[in-house]
Amino acid sequence: MCLAVPARITKILGEKAVVDFGGVKREISLGVLAGVKKGDHVLVHAGFAIGKVTKEEAEDTEKVLGELRAVINAESVNGGSGDTFV
Amino acid sequence: MHELVEDMRLKFSNRILDEMADAAELRVDAERLAFSTDSYVVKPLFFPGGDIGKLAVCGTVNDISMKGARPLYLSLAFILEEGLEFSVLGRVASSIKQAAREANVKVVTGDIKVVEQGACDGMFINTSGIGVIEKGKGVGVKPKSGDLVLINGGIAEHGMAILNAREDLGFKPPIKSDCANVNFEAQKCLKASEKISVMRDPTRGGLATTLNEIARSSNIGIEISEKDIPVKPAVGKLCDVLGFDPLYVANEGKFVCFVSEEDASRVKKAMGPGARLIGRTTTRHKGEVRLRTRIGSTRILPMLESDQLPRIC
Amino acid sequence: MSPEYISIMKTIKLMEVCGTHTMAIARSGIKKLLPKEVELISGPGCPVCVTSQEDIDKALKIAGEENVIMTTFGDMMRVPGSSGSLDRMKTEGADVRVVYSSADALEIAEKNPSKRVVFMGVGFETTSPTVAATIIEAKKRGVKNFFVLSGFKVIFPALEAIAGSKELKVNGFICPGHVSVITGSAPYEPVVKKYVIPCVITGFEDNDIIKGVTRLVRQIKRGYACVEVEYKRAVKRSGNAKAKKLIKKVFEQADSVWRGIGKIERSGLKIKKKYEDLDAEKEFNVKVKKSVLPKGCVCGKVLQGIKTPRECKLFGKKCTPRHPVGPCMVSSEGTCAAYFRYGS
Repeated sequence: MCLAVPARITKILGEKAVVDFGGVKREISLGVLAGVKKGDHVLVHAGFAIGKVTKEEAEDTEKVLGELRAVINAESVNGGSGDTFV
Repeated sequence: MHELVEDMRLKFSNRILDEMADAAELRVDAERLAFSTDSYVVKPLFFPGGDIGKLAVCGTVNDISMKGARPLYLSLAFILEEGLEFSVLGRVASSIKQAAREANVKVVTGDIKVVEQGACDGMFINTSGIGVIEKGKGVGVKPKSGDLVLINGGIAEHGMAILNAREDLGFKPPIKSDCANVNFEAQKCLKASEKISVMRDPTRGGLATTLNEIARSSNIGIEISEKDIPVKPAVGKLCDVLGFDPLYVANEGKFVCFVSEEDASRVKKAMGPGARLIGRTTTRHKGEVRLRTRIGSTRILPMLESDQLPRIC
Repeated sequence: MSPEYISIMKTIKLMEVCGTHTMAIARSGIKKLLPKEVELISGPGCPVCVTSQEDIDKALKIAGEENVIMTTFGDMMRVPGSSGSLDRMKTEGADVRVVYSSADALEIAEKNPSKRVVFMGVGFETTSPTVAATIIEAKKRGVKNFFVLSGFKVIFPALEAIAGSKELKVNGFICPGHVSVITGSAPYEPVVKKYVIPCVITGFEDNDIIKGVTRLVRQIKRGYACVEVEYKRAVKRSGNAKAKKLIKKVFEQADSVWRGIGKIERSGLKIKKKYEDLDAEKEFNVKVKKSVLPKGCVCGKVLQGIKTPRECKLFGKKCTPRHPVGPCMVSSEGTCAAYFRYGS
């Protein structure tokens, strides 16, 4: 229900704006989001900016998976023996 | 009508066509020929990177080349909607002429029919082509186990270009179709190696569909790596915005090559600077294509049942 | 959930509510990398899947009328009504157009003053404010030939219904990232408080999903339940105030039928009286017959996570993406379509 893609505002044209998705640009509506200025990064859904967004931190997926495995294998709090998930 | 036909003859004039006989007489010095046909019904007729005429030449030239043949002659048949402007036909004919010249092929026979308004969308074109397969240079249809899979450049350009133009989606700069002849690159590949088992151009349905067709018909497994698939950034982004998977979007200037490992880097060089190694064949999961995802998992890359549509979910 | 219960739990059942998450999970292949004790179930957040057959039949009837241009998101084109789809109607000559934005549909109306242009509105809180804005804009510009058929739904009542379900015990919710950009994280708090089920609002990149699962498992293992925001770069507690105001201005909550599930109270959005001249329901007043779920179809149970696609007798046999029977197979992000294409 939620296909939205980040883009940078390159030009404001009243209630509309031109955004750059990264090599491809389009005019979109600002009708649903207040306080947008040139240079802001927004999420675009169905031709509308729905919210501001900051850049995703580049993180190694292996590291992120490692954290999941660690949490899975951790003892349950106050629990009996706690099951180990491998 | 007679004037129209004469105009076309003048445009494409060559010794064979100029005979204006009911059939073209060809002399070919080869034991084996490649023969292919295709019909072109693209909408819109003109799009960034090409038009229906250029497509009609490149499509058939490329199909012939995929068999390892050198394309020589094309037939050209038009079905025109009554009321189509002469200037439109003129532009398309010029495109055909240019594309044919670039591919070094001749239009040797043709036909024009006019149908009533509404019976076709402006213009339909059919081209058939003949090419010669030089001795020992033919290419089969079954990859060998251990083959590597190469592609000559970025995917999804043609399909996204057409979609953006046809539906007036408003994305700028407009994506350009990659519509191009690949016969010379294909010939270079064959010169570089005798161990090419399959060449194929992934047109309608995209790379995933073509690989599935090959996997199924030859009962071999194919594995490709998501992060190694080349996609131009703007094309990739447009796919993201509209919810398209580039692996299923049409290409018109791309081809894949299945070649044995020892010759892979030579063939990659012959394919051009945009060429990439994207996968390999395997004896596992026979008949299926699997994708190694960005996070290191694998999943099936299935056949899609119908064309993709822009989505919001 | 008592700590002792957690320590003897053999599987952790996490439900991803949003169809876009279902697709992202299927495409990334993440399930294979998760330990088998963590089970991901798909929920009913696929607007295409849950749009009632009646709503689709209304759209089909309207599309078949004289001088009508029916506009829709691509997602809805192939969804079958009781007979046929918008796609089929298009091939049979009806003027049906796919648009990327409702704003484009309004432009089509302005360019075709002699036609009635109808926009089929489907989606959750991510999409409804954008269409609310378009309705307001249409009224402002004095466009008299533009109408919206509202099939919009609100996700929270469905979330509550699943959380309170006796048939299914979900241990945690992977919550929809972009719905939450609009609503903020606050509306999840009552669900968590009442049902003591962890909720993590998650983004859609591969790393987001893994991190969302990690946060849920951590909560479950530590024996607590709260609302967490994994998708911090886009989601605030308060959400998008302007968007929320727009929804309230144009729509009012009404009971709504979810395909395969049935009626969920106050889970749909109806166009308010103030904007009724843009309401396609009022303009066309179409009557359609009550829908019946095809025999053997268990989409309703699949949408609620009670059954998996493989447990449906029709899956892969009578019901395939090429010949879909129920909504879960029709939508490209439907649970059954994802299972069929990408394997479980």
